[in-house]
Amino acid sequence: MTIAVHVENLGKRYKIGTAPQSRGNYNTLRDTIANTFSRQKRLEAKKPDNIIWAVKDISFDVEQGQVLGIIGHNGAGKSTLLKLLSRVVEPTEGMMQLRGRVGSLLEVGTGFHPELTGRENLYLNGAILGMHRAEIDRKFDEIVAFSEVEKFIDTPVKRYSSGMYLRLAFAVAAHLEPEILVVDEVLAVGDAEFQRKCIGKMNDVAEAGRTVLFVSHNMSAVLRLTDESIVLEKGKMIMRAPSAEAVDYYLSAGHARAGEKIWDEADIPVTAAPFSPRAIRIVDNRGNVVETIRSTEEFTLEFEYQLDQPITGLRIGIYLYSARGEPVFTSFDTDDPKMFNTHTERKAGQYISRCVIPPDMLNTGRYTLGVNASSYRIRRYFAEERTLEFNVDPAGAPGMHWSEPRIGTIRPRLDWKIEKVD
Amino acid sequence: MTKTELATTTPQKEMLTIRPPKGWISLNLRDLWLYRELITFLTWRDILILYKQTLLGASWAVINPIVNMLVLEFIFGNLAQMDTGGIPGPIFRYTALLPWMLFSKALSSSGRSMLTNRGLITKIYFPRLVIPLSSVLSGVVDFGISFLVMIGMMIYYKVTLTWAILVMPLLVVMTLIVALGVGLWLSALNVLYRDVGYILPMMTQLWLFLSPVGYSSASIPENLQLLYALNPMTGVIEAFRWAMLGDATATLGLQVVISAVVALIVLVSGLYFFRRMERTFADMI
Repeated sequence: MTIAVHVENLGKRYKIGTAPQSRGNYNTLRDTIANTFSRQKRLEAKKPDNIIWAVKDISFDVEQGQVLGIIGHNGAGKSTLLKLLSRVVEPTEGMMQLRGRVGSLLEVGTGFHPELTGRENLYLNGAILGMHRAEIDRKFDEIVAFSEVEKFIDTPVKRYSSGMYLRLAFAVAAHLEPEILVVDEVLAVGDAEFQRKCIGKMNDVAEAGRTVLFVSHNMSAVLRLTDESIVLEKGKMIMRAPSAEAVDYYLSAGHARAGEKIWDEADIPVTAAPFSPRAIRIVDNRGNVVETIRSTEEFTLEFEYQLDQPITGLRIGIYLYSARGEPVFTSFDTDDPKMFNTHTERKAGQYISRCVIPPDMLNTGRYTLGVNASSYRIRRYFAEERTLEFNVDPAGAPGMHWSEPRIGTIRPRLDWKIEKVD
Repeated sequence: MTKTELATTTPQKEMLTIRPPKGWISLNLRDLWLYRELITFLTWRDILILYKQTLLGASWAVINPIVNMLVLEFIFGNLAQMDTGGIPGPIFRYTALLPWMLFSKALSSSGRSMLTNRGLITKIYFPRLVIPLSSVLSGVVDFGISFLVMIGMMIYYKVTLTWAILVMPLLVVMTLIVALGVGLWLSALNVLYRDVGYILPMMTQLWLFLSPVGYSSASIPENLQLLYALNPMTGVIEAFRWAMLGDATATLGLQVVISAVVALIVLVSGLYFFRRMERTFADMI
């Protein structure tokens, strides 16, 4: 077999503080210019405490025509690896070889200009993605037909609905026909129809003997689309295995240290006193703190907090939002009248409020948790809208034998009966 | 910067090897050539969106230099009474404004270009040089439109054309080279320091008065002439006047040579500086 992607000891280092909020090693314009040209200063800037390896020692080969999954938790280095592969950023060490054009569904709509018409954007976007003019000319009709915006092709895209915009953008990307296709989380955006198109396109690409690198939080999609996956953790590649095995490893306990937020004293607003949050975490049914839970298993939300003085009528609330920000539900620890009556006053001390989310409730996807501590109509002590994010994996959920994405935030296992009535 | 090398004849597609950049890197102009169509497309985009949703559209390309000409005419002509060597003030200044405005527009759009295109830079690979290059090129359209007014003025003032006008396209290229050279420095710095956005208008304003746009470089004292010629726009503007109006200052030849050398130094150093900074663009922007 031909190797399409060859990666060897690839590493990417970032200097902490190169982000715009802190200027890090560079204090003035003058220093920057001096450092750029002075080898010694450059070496000084590489002191170990100032650097972080986003990925390190990554080595793998992908055969032509293979669909390889890349999985890992947030911050594991997936995005950095993809940026390296698509040449947006340059490696700090190691090397990689790519056979042919790299295309990415991540780039849908990049470079679209609202003032330009659909036709103009189509050409521009095609060129940005690396198509030649002749190639765009040849595929023009096909792209327009695929996007279903024929009537509006000479209208500025600022007048497009978001659906039309996305369809046109995707149509261009889908006709790039790269030798290596990189798909990152596209399944998290767009409607069900769009997701279906993405999946369909990926299948086409793979069947046409092209190589696909598929990055996703959606384990069932990884299982369905890939035969083999690599698992990244803290920038290192810790496993390459058949996808079933890799997914199992990823979902298994101990490898998901995300899924918890601990508040430092400094993070707590002074207005919260006498209430102070300590930690919030998601615990699976084996007692592990996890970032990804299976929709078929129950899990527990735990909120740990401290009261410096007794509080009357305190209630701890959790708010669950879907990835798109739609509220899913709100619940308070004293919702039950019995609880409400027995907890009229909480004495000073440390507390944990926990609740169990039953199995077969949430659909696949990413969720955001918010917390709130208040006394009804008296005072809100503490509130945080986006405290913790977690993923729900649908492996084993109802209807998984059909590979279509399922609409809706909840995915209940309902008790269906089929009755023959005549 | 990334060292790209193509393995020897593989049957299907070439294998592209990417390694960390080491030391002083080549300018990799070959990669730029591969992406020449993208330069065209981005230039074309900048031209298309230039006057979208404006009431007067492309007539701004005429109004702008004319208003500028009137302002300079008032300051240098009416108030300061600067000598124009017998050439009517309006056409003397308008002629200089043509390369000047091409330069200042190209400079300000290329200086900001990395920020205005950050969406592209953080998502897609292409030689980053494409961006400042195409933003410099898009200014040529405005130049073309302003040039039409020039033709009208030449007829009105009964200017006789000389063969020198054939040099004009070369001077346009030289203007773009100066703008690109300075633009490369500024756009790369702008990724790190947003200060550039504030420096730019101030810089162009000062530069205008340090260039022979409102006045003739003959008005500069003898002992400062050499220093004055270090401004690469000096030679370009004086040569442009000579090309259009046939009026050459005594030191024109020397001015052009110095300007050309300075322009090349700025361009080459700008290219290297840009390439040097390029590796951090996606991380820093």
